[in-house]
Amino acid sequence: MSATAALSPAVAASRPWSPLRDFWRHLRRSPLAVAGGALLVILYLMALLAPFLAPYAESDIDRERFFHPPTPLHLRDAQGHWHSPFVYGTRAGLDQSYEVDASQRYPLRLFPRGAHYRLFGLVPCDRHLFGVDRPGRIFLLGADDTGRDVWTRLLYGAQVSLTVGIVGIAISFTLGLLLGGISGYFGGWVDTLIMRWTELLLSIPGLYLIVALRGVFPLELPSQQTYLAIVAILSFIGWATLARVIRGMVLSIRQAEFVLAAEAMGASSLRIIVRHVLPNTMSFTIVAATVAVPGYILGEVFLSFLGVGVQPPAASWGNMLNAARSERVLTSFPWMLLAPGVAIFLTVMAFNFFGDGLRDALDPRKTPAAGGRS
Amino acid sequence: MADNPQVSPEALAAMRHRFGLDQPWTTQYLLYLKNIFLHLDFGESFSRHQPVFAVLRTGLANTLLLASAAAVVTWGLAIPLGVVAAVRQHGWPDRALSFLGFLSLSVPEVLSGLLLLWLAASTRWFPVGSMHDLDYDTFGPLQRLGDTLRHLLLPALTVGLIPLAGRMRQMRSSLLDVLRLDYVTTARAKGVPESQVITRHALRNALNPMITLFGFTLGSLVSGSFVAETIFSWPGLGSLTLEALNTKDQYLVMGSVLMASGVLIAGNLVADLLLAIADPRIRHG
Repeated sequence: MSATAALSPAVAASRPWSPLRDFWRHLRRSPLAVAGGALLVILYLMALLAPFLAPYAESDIDRERFFHPPTPLHLRDAQGHWHSPFVYGTRAGLDQSYEVDASQRYPLRLFPRGAHYRLFGLVPCDRHLFGVDRPGRIFLLGADDTGRDVWTRLLYGAQVSLTVGIVGIAISFTLGLLLGGISGYFGGWVDTLIMRWTELLLSIPGLYLIVALRGVFPLELPSQQTYLAIVAILSFIGWATLARVIRGMVLSIRQAEFVLAAEAMGASSLRIIVRHVLPNTMSFTIVAATVAVPGYILGEVFLSFLGVGVQPPAASWGNMLNAARSERVLTSFPWMLLAPGVAIFLTVMAFNFFGDGLRDALDPRKTPAAGGRS
Repeated sequence: MADNPQVSPEALAAMRHRFGLDQPWTTQYLLYLKNIFLHLDFGESFSRHQPVFAVLRTGLANTLLLASAAAVVTWGLAIPLGVVAAVRQHGWPDRALSFLGFLSLSVPEVLSGLLLLWLAASTRWFPVGSMHDLDYDTFGPLQRLGDTLRHLLLPALTVGLIPLAGRMRQMRSSLLDVLRLDYVTTARAKGVPESQVITRHALRNALNPMITLFGFTLGSLVSGSFVAETIFSWPGLGSLTLEALNTKDQYLVMGSVLMASGVLIAGNLVADLLLAIADPRIRHG
């Protein structure tokens, strides 16, 4: 830090040291963390812009193209002439096999009109990023068992699967911070009560508890209510681990003099916990939250995969995997497994890389010279 | 069942009464607890018309079989791989293993299970589900064992691979810690061959932390087998729980959750006991 100041005093003067900037500087040093963070931004943007990036509507069924394989983009036709990117038409053969019909060419169109949707849930719109003219079909990642475009479903599924993680974390970490803070600050019977409750939650194997709690809600629910039920279940379980760690940290923080000072000035207990004690656990909490997000995403995937989560026609990565689990689909139409599988893998990996980088950047014992992962 | 016109309202009321469903939920719960504590009676399964305990007993046995097989996979791979990584620290095996380990942390169990199922379905090397062949009953005892093992392999691999990366990492660092100690240097100075230094001297102490982890992992393997059971239709506790959820068989759901928790707690107890047996410092501490 002093080295930078000595090298460029003007820059140092205009941009004073701040914890946030220091944090960015550390984060940028780890290429994996940057890559993970960038990938996360892209994934969430894709979920946000899903209706625009998808050529079709979420459950646009094509009865003549069940299990259609991915349609590759071509630049040269059979005679060797060059064109702008196009796809060939296909003829259905026996038993879900498709023959390429080289006489039909459908050029890729940018911003064609298609299904109506509301961008960000507000702006009415019918333009899509790309598409081909009817009766041609573009299936970048193939079609599923009812002829729906897998790429489209992947984007709409991301809206469900990716937001479950964020919403779930927001709820359970608020709970975990508050209850952990209260438990550690007050001690006594409040502490005992909350801690025994967390032990109860932690002694039941996670997946069993998730499934059992799913039984609390009716099995047949509209997809939005199922979504809320899943978030509620995952948050109800997720706060316990955090609360235990926060309690431990609060036990030592509450001995600090600034807590005594706040008490002497007559601040209320809740105010002391929220304004003075909990901010000191923030760097830990941020890392823990980032690392915990994949767990929530996988919780939704797990429930939908078992068929008790988000139900088709609404798309989620979990129910896409569920559609791919039969022997026949796996051997003949593997894109149905690979598309959601790769999406889940990339998401979890991005969170792991980013969380690792965050941990290093927020570690108070970090040395300015040694950045990156150890 | 209430929607079925063939079931008369009187029969429904009689059933509600028999299962205690006409009582307020507090009474129902107290009754449930009383039956468990006094008679070890977990209630009756609605869908199977059998005591829950009898239904769950086979499921629990199958899940424990799967979890033990998964433990064999995890420890059978983690210990040798961890030792290799530690002995060749910063060499190419170490780097390759740590890279693979980090990748595997991003492959959730649902995915690895489905990939293995894909492998089984496309190569036909392994059966694609359930626990036995159809003509299992006609097999001799050895053939039965082989058949069960063949069906067990892929689910056990699915469950066992989850904690593998972490355990391998712990084995590596634990052995590295021990290799730095003076008594290892002494052994080397005496002229003991390096292979014996590792296996006879260092490994014994390096295994200590792994023993503690063994018990804890047993609990998580039971939870982990839920996914593998549903993917490979293994007739265990997880499959039963899911079936019970779909048939709204509440006592069966409660019973299986209780059993799974029992296994987890037992695993933690085993962890403590194993450590006390293995390490005299704990007993006298």
